[in-house]
Formats: sequence, structure tokens, C-alpha cells
Amino acid sequence: MPRHLLSAGQLSRDAVEHLLDTAQRIDQAIAGREIRKLPTLRGRTVVNLFYEDSTRTRISFEVAAKRLSADVINFSAKGSSVSKGESLKDTAWTLQAMGADIVVCRHSSSGAPQRLSNWVEGHVVNAGDGTHEHPTQALLDAYTLRRHLGDLAGRRIVVVGDVLHSRVARSNVLLLSTLGADVTLVAPPTLLPVGVAAWPAQVDYDLDRALRGADAVMMLRVQRERMGGAFFPTEREYSRRYGLDARRRDLIAGHGIVLHPGPMNRGMEIAHDVADGPNSVIVEQVANGVTVRMAVLYTLLANEGAGV
Amino acid sequence: MSGTVLITGTRPYGGEAVDVLLADGVVAAIGADAAAGADADALRVDGAGTVLLPGLVDLHTHLREPGREDAETVETGSRAAALGGYTAVFAMPNTDPTADTAGVVEQVFRLGQAVGLVDVQPIGAVTVGRRGERLAELAAMADSAANVRVFSDDGDCVSDPLLMRRSLEYVKTFGGVIAQHAQEPRLTVGAQMHEGDVSARLGMVGWPAVAEEAIIARDCLLTDHVDSRLHVCHLSTAGSVAVIAAAKARGTRVTAEVTPHHLVLTDTLAEDYDPVFKVNPPLRTASDVEAVRRGLADGTIDIVATDHAPHAPQHKECEWDQASPGMLGLQTALSVVVDTMVNPGLLDWRGVARVMSENPAAIGGLVDHGRPVAVGEPANLTLVDPAAEWTVRGAELASLSANTPFEGHVLPARVVATFLRGRPTVLDGRLQDPTAAAATTPAGRS
Ligand SMILES: [Zn+2]
Repeated sequence: MPRHLLSAGQLSRDAVEHLLDTAQRIDQAIAGREIRKLPTLRGRTVVNLFYEDSTRTRISFEVAAKRLSADVINFSAKGSSVSKGESLKDTAWTLQAMGADIVVCRHSSSGAPQRLSNWVEGHVVNAGDGTHEHPTQALLDAYTLRRHLGDLAGRRIVVVGDVLHSRVARSNVLLLSTLGADVTLVAPPTLLPVGVAAWPAQVDYDLDRALRGADAVMMLRVQRERMGGAFFPTEREYSRRYGLDARRRDLIAGHGIVLHPGPMNRGMEIAHDVADGPNSVIVEQVANGVTVRMAVLYTLLANEGAGV
Repeated sequence: MSGTVLITGTRPYGGEAVDVLLADGVVAAIGADAAAGADADALRVDGAGTVLLPGLVDLHTHLREPGREDAETVETGSRAAALGGYTAVFAMPNTDPTADTAGVVEQVFRLGQAVGLVDVQPIGAVTVGRRGERLAELAAMADSAANVRVFSDDGDCVSDPLLMRRSLEYVKTFGGVIAQHAQEPRLTVGAQMHEGDVSARLGMVGWPAVAEEAIIARDCLLTDHVDSRLHVCHLSTAGSVAVIAAAKARGTRVTAEVTPHHLVLTDTLAEDYDPVFKVNPPLRTASDVEAVRRGLADGTIDIVATDHAPHAPQHKECEWDQASPGMLGLQTALSVVVDTMVNPGLLDWRGVARVMSENPAAIGGLVDHGRPVAVGEPANLTLVDPAAEWTVRGAELASLSANTPFEGHVLPARVVATFLRGRPTVLDGRLQDPTAAAATTPAGRS
């Protein structure tokens, strides 16, 4: 396990499997308890440094840290750090002075957690940076996929939607390919990055074709503010070509599952009945998010002898 | 003090070792007569092993004054320039206030004269406030004491094709040139780095090569149409080299510059998200670097210009997308050119003189810089030790800012001395008293 979790791409297959196994052990350990809490990180401080609103991710990290008995500080620094007058570097020194063991950083600038990692002594966890990465989301997706599909080697996973702006897609492509899965990205060419050919993934513009026999389909959120960028003509056309409705859902394998990182645009990238349908694991992803983040926090500090 | 200087055993353009005598602001003698002409109290400079070049001329410098004196001033920029071997620099107008009137360009010009280390030649903005809406008073700047001949909205592109056409037409009345920052704005909204594999991996909005190439192509066609002169700033892509080559082949009066950093650095340096490598246009790929080197070697690209862009620490020690683009260049330019062009055999010292002195002076309309090293010519000269090596330390550079992409790098070649009108501004690699130098007045400009 590296010192900081900045990118899914920096994790070896062993490291990923160790994290997923740890999450599974945590799940089992907590399952039998009345109080769903472990004493593991007592006395340790986890700071949630959120420069960008994300209630879901912040709460997930907060619950994860609290279930490990860590002290949690929520440090909301919304807006541009420069316009606020205090730089990211100054904030890093403040966190340093507070004795933060782990800084969980969410930021609208790609690379901000990596910059931060140069300036703090504690561990930095990337909780989503700009359009770069969201490694714990990829870990929780992998954990969810593994629970349903077993070993992911050779499994066909289709990722659909705004790959260009999606940190979830970036991290998932890296992590799933590390685990040996066969990833296909489906989007209009306008929503695929120019260098996508170099990625460890197939690319297809035709969703129906890609879905046939797939083991899982992961829908990406379409941000409505992208409409001004001429990425696609209308929501209706996008929805028709790249939305997941029940007919398309039925193209995937019988055991296949449907994932979405949330929050969903129901009726746009995913139909109501699919989101709530039998193959959907979207609610389970949220629960698994807490477990996987516990595993990440635990593993980072366990490396420096936080006790087993 | 007589004011004469005898440089012994130096090699003009890297040729045979000779003595060179400077007197009364000009090259008074070269060779056997030189030592004989030196009076007893002449300053003697040991030039053994050095190469003598015409003083370097930078067509693209940001001096930040007025407005951002915390990043650079005319004085600190002049110091960096002299130490880098320059005797003249062209100051870009993206100051605050913008250099878009006779008053502001004269102010910058006079500040440069007062410092007296290099001739500071202001560039005027093409449009008022560089807003790209209406033409600035170009003729008033041309007629001012600053004698402006180069106009640019650098930092931004004159993207409106009609305004670009009109400005190209208008400067013909006084032999001016439009220096275009070629960047199609709609294709580069929010752009943070070169668009390619690396930007895709790093999750940064890309600045596609075609956004530069399309503007250059358009402007070359406009230049043909109105029979004017165009200069392309900091060309950075292989495609741009091809566009310029094609335009020159059909007779377009276009010149082009490349920065030292685009001759050596690539987009992979963004991987650590350290904004010291953030620059506009962005660092491109290895094949682009290859192409601009070849373009400079074969004359498709006319000059090396630094795009020296100092920034205060708070604008660089931050998140990449919030950082200001730009890097220092004046004190490392010659070394980078030696490293990337001379040592690999792409350019000889005559070539260096051409791309770093003669051509930039000619494009910018300076009459007493970029002159041959010859008897009777203005003694604006640079003495280089090609065998020296030095380690770049941003904090030790003369600039007020420290944003050099070469921090800690060992670079070849060192400027030993610089002479402005026969007077040393730099000796033994150290600045000479600027107040002494300030006693001279620029020749050929009044
Ligand atoms: Zn520029």
C-alpha cells in the first residue's frame, strides 16, 4: 500500500486484493456486533477536507472513520482557495498543526490531493479531484462487483456515459484492468477523452452492441451543466442513445448487475425501473462504500503500526 | 577612465581566437590592431575559450511593470536579461494598466533607460485593454518616444478575424508587425495543458494543437490578403511548423518564434501537478519538441524568444488549475539553446547569433542590436563560455520570481560578460553597477 491513496492506478493487484479482503473481514467482524464499531483507530485523527460539496462522500468517510473510533474533523473549505485568501499550502500547515493522521481531500482541481501530499506529514486520501480520479469509488465498485461476480478476471464490464469528465470512470478503468477485467467504455465521441485509445479499455459508440452478454454495466452521471459544451444535442437524444432502460438492461447476462455511483438523473442516464430493478446494486454500493473506506483508513494507518 | 575594453583571445561566432577592442560604444578593432589600440587603463577581459556573439535580443519578455511589481520590475527583469546575455528586450504589454497608449509605453521605455542594463523596447497592445474589441491607438504608440513597432495582445489571441485583418493593414503605415498569440479561444475554454494522452490520464482540460495551428493558418492567409507582416509568438506544435513552412514557401511575410522551454520540455512534466510546468501555450509532446528543433535549425522558425513570465510564489504554489501560466527564461535561454541545438549539432554559433540576436532585432525594428561582430558596429556584445556548466537555482536568479522549470538542472554554457554600447553590464558572470551603465544613452533612438 502506498503512503497516500491518490490514484487507483498506483495500486498493484496485490494491494487491491488486500484492501478488498480487508473490507470483507471488516464486514464480517461488524456483522456479528450489536455496536457496529471497532476500536482500531482510537486516538487517531481523520480530517475531511472538502473543497467541493459532496454530502454523500463526506458522510461515507465520516461514518467509516467513526466506526473505527477515530476522531473526525470536518473541514469545509468550499470555493477557490486562492479567492478565499488561504492557499492549499497554508491549509496543509494548519492540518499539520492539528495533528491530522489522515487527510481525506475532495477538490474541484485535478491533482489537488497530490499537491497536498507534498505538504502534509499524514496520509492523504483522494476523495475525488476535479475530473481526475475517485479511487475509493473504484474500490467500492470493485468490492460490489466481486461480491456478485467473484473473481473479476475476464469479466466484461461496460462503463457508459460522460467518461471525459468522470473521475469515477478513470479510476474504474485503472482498477478493473488491474484486476484483469475486460472494460468497455461506451459514450458519444464528444464525451471520450482524446487519449482514450491508450487506456486499458475497449471503446464502443453503440450501447446495445456493448451490453450483449456483459457481466455488469456501470452508468455514469451526466452533468446537466455540460449541455453548454455542445457535447450532445439534447437530453432526449442522449437518453435515447445512451440511457439504460429495461430493454437494454435485459441485454446483459442473466447474472449481470447494474451500478451507478449516484446521484442519479432518473429518466436521463437510467430509467426508474432499472435503478430500482432486480439487477440493481446501487443501494448496496453505498453500504459497501463505508466498508471499503474503513479498509482504506485502517490499512493506511496499520502500515505504521496502528495495531490489528 | 577611458571606457575602452580589450577582450583578449575570444572567438567571434566560435571562429579563430582574436583580440577585440571596444571604444566609444563601437567595435573599434578586431585582431592584430586591437591590443595596440588599447590605452593603458583599458579594461582587459580575458576571453580565452569564450565565444563572442552579438548581444542577445529577446522579442518576448514579460517585465510585469507597471502593475505586478511583486513578480518583476523593469529593473529586476533588466538584471536577469543582462545576466542572460541580452542587450535588448521587448516588453509585452499585458501589464496593469495595459501598455495600450503612448503614455504607458513611454513610461516603460523610460524605466528601461533609467536602469540602463539593457534597452527595453515596449510592445504595444493591439486592442484597447487587450480586450479584443477595438484597436488601440497604434500610430500614437509608434510615434511616441518609445517608437513602438511590434504590437501584440499576448496572453490572449486577437481572435476576431476582422480586427486581426484591420490591425495587419493599419501597421503597414509605419512598418509595424502584429505578434500573434495564436490560440483559438473556443477550442481552449478552460484548457490547462496539452490535449493528449497525458491530459486524459491526469483529468485536465486539454489545449489541442489544432487551436494554435488553425489561428496561424488563418492569420497567414489574412497577411497574404492585405500584404502585411505577421509574427507568430511561441509556436509549439509540429503542425504549426508545417503551417509556417507552407506559408513561407508561397511567400507569406511571416516570422515565427519558439521558446527555449518548448525546445526541451514535454507535457509529461505535468504528472506531479506542479504548476511550475504550467505555461501557455502548454508543453507539448516529444515529437512536437523534435519538430520545433528541426524547424529552428532549418529556418522555418526564425527566432528563439523567452516568453520570460515571472510569477509571485502564491500564483505557483497552489492547485494547477488555479496557477498562473508562465515560466522564467531570460537567464537560462542561451544555455537551453546550447543544450538542445548547438551541442547536438543542429545549430552553430552563427546560427545562435541569427536566431537569438540578428533575426529578433530585425523583426522588432531595432537598428543597433543584432549587428555583426565587425569593426564600426555598435558594441552590443555577449561573451559566452561554452565549456562552463552551472546548476540552476531559482532563488539565485536575478528575477524577483523563482518560477524556473529548470530548478536543480545542470545546464551547459554560461554568459561570462555582456556589453551594452561598449560598457560591461556583466563581467565574470556578475552584474556591473547599473548606475554607471545608466550614464549612456541609447544610440539610434531619440
Ligand atoms: Zn503568449
